[in-house]
Amino acid sequence: MTCLPARTEKKLGLVIDLDTCVGCQACVTACKEWNTGGHMAPLTDIDPYGGHVDGVWFNRVHAYEHTTELGGRTVNFPRSCLHCETPACVTVCPTGASYKRASDGIVLVDEDKCIGCKLCSWACPYGAREFDTDVGVMKKCTLCVDRIYNDNLAADDRVPACVAACPTSARHFGDLGDPASAISQLVAARGGVELMPELGYKPTNKYLPPRAQSGRAARVDAPALEPIRAEGGFLGWIDRMLSN
Amino acid sequence: MHPAFSVVFFTTATGAGYGLLALLGVLGGLGFIPADFWLGLVGVALALGLIVAGLLSSTGHLGRTERAWRAFSQWRSSWLSREGVASVATFIPAGLFGIGWVFFGKGGGWVAVAGLLAAAGAVVTVCTTGMIYASLKPIAQWHSRYTLPAYFIFAGMTGDVLLNALLQGFAMGSAAVLTGAILATFAGWTWKIATWRYNDQLAIPTTGNTATGLAGGTVRSIEWPHTEENYLLKEMGFRIARKHSAKLRRITQVLAFIAPIVLLILVFMAPWPLTAVASVLAAISQFAGMLVERWLFFAEAKHTVTLYYGRE
Repeated sequence: MTCLPARTEKKLGLVIDLDTCVGCQACVTACKEWNTGGHMAPLTDIDPYGGHVDGVWFNRVHAYEHTTELGGRTVNFPRSCLHCETPACVTVCPTGASYKRASDGIVLVDEDKCIGCKLCSWACPYGAREFDTDVGVMKKCTLCVDRIYNDNLAADDRVPACVAACPTSARHFGDLGDPASAISQLVAARGGVELMPELGYKPTNKYLPPRAQSGRAARVDAPALEPIRAEGGFLGWIDRMLSN
Repeated sequence: MHPAFSVVFFTTATGAGYGLLALLGVLGGLGFIPADFWLGLVGVALALGLIVAGLLSSTGHLGRTERAWRAFSQWRSSWLSREGVASVATFIPAGLFGIGWVFFGKGGGWVAVAGLLAAAGAVVTVCTTGMIYASLKPIAQWHSRYTLPAYFIFAGMTGDVLLNALLQGFAMGSAAVLTGAILATFAGWTWKIATWRYNDQLAIPTTGNTATGLAGGTVRSIEWPHTEENYLLKEMGFRIARKHSAKLRRITQVLAFIAPIVLLILVFMAPWPLTAVASVLAAISQFAGMLVERWLFFAEAKHTVTLYYGRE
């Protein structure tokens, strides 16, 4: 049923550090590479070498300029499914294809039941779900459910592909339902926030805002340019003549 | 939101069909409209035809139409599933009513019960359709107290204007149905204008700041994750120019409300068959106008995901 579990044993999710994300897109390509052969495979690409490239991705990295009275900064912003506690994408599903697992809180799609009505993608405020026009069903982040419990992988590798790939350790994985877990402590220490809390979806994933600017960094901006004097003499006269 | 024609036609056609079915069920079942074979046959066929055409059109929106039967299973949580269940369940009393009223030529008794049940089913189905849209929090223009009454009013309005056209066509015109059609069209017009006014002044609490968790100041999108339009932008990022929207709102008002009101008032003064011609023209004009209205309902709705793409 698409009714939500009253509670989940764990709240597995991601914490993304906007302070250290450099926007390298490694998590994006690692996600695509793993998941195009994983639980929701394939992540179809339409016209991949043509003029109108399109396709399914679970993770997309935006870049923003955040300007406050303290100054401006570039913020790289990875966006993927937040595995919400009250995901409307699940409850609107008419077929039971979308579900939230009672064991770990992961939101998944059963592709064999999906009729491709797209209503779940309308109900998700975060744009986490992408329709596969080739297969005719909806697809979304699985939190790499086929990695995190995979006994064939070394224990260190049992994390989502995006977390394993991140070169700056901006992505963290763990149980956000356990206040003692390392990831929950990180959220508490860094003041992690929910996205769009006003909509009441209670996202499990949290984002760590960029740290305050210290003001200790060396100035790297070049001095202002001086205005160019008009050239006099013979060369100046030639320049004016040729410019006419 | 992308105005897919399959969904625009679906909600407009089923709205009119259920409105007509509800009125036929109540007025025919209780004997206010005398049972007449040809009137009944055309009326019930028109109502059910619009409903079936709409439902078939809606399956055109699906990626896997062959699995559509699965949509009847999640009625406990999903308004879309409830709509599916209610729409199919309504066919049972509607069919019984049609058989009794059209083929046995009688009202009252079990025909009245079937007619009233069909009307109740029609009301429930239209409400579930409205709730599909009204329950979607990411789309502020839909998640408002105007959405559910709009579906209800427009279904009654288009149903009554159709019923009047039907009665006038068979020279069985009823002043009450005609007056009701004019009043319902006025109500629909007023509601639509109030809705547009509300949406134009809407203060949406979700911003680029809350979408990214970056507090204070301004958040400006400087780079998208992709160079071409993706599913999110094609489905949820549909935009309409303000001048086009203003023009389409005028077209909606003329076709759906003003022209039908003028034509229906003329019906009071004209002799038959002019009354029939004016009534049918009013119904056709209103249906076309409601298609434009429903197209705008989608085109003017903004989804929060567009905030991530820098569209306030």
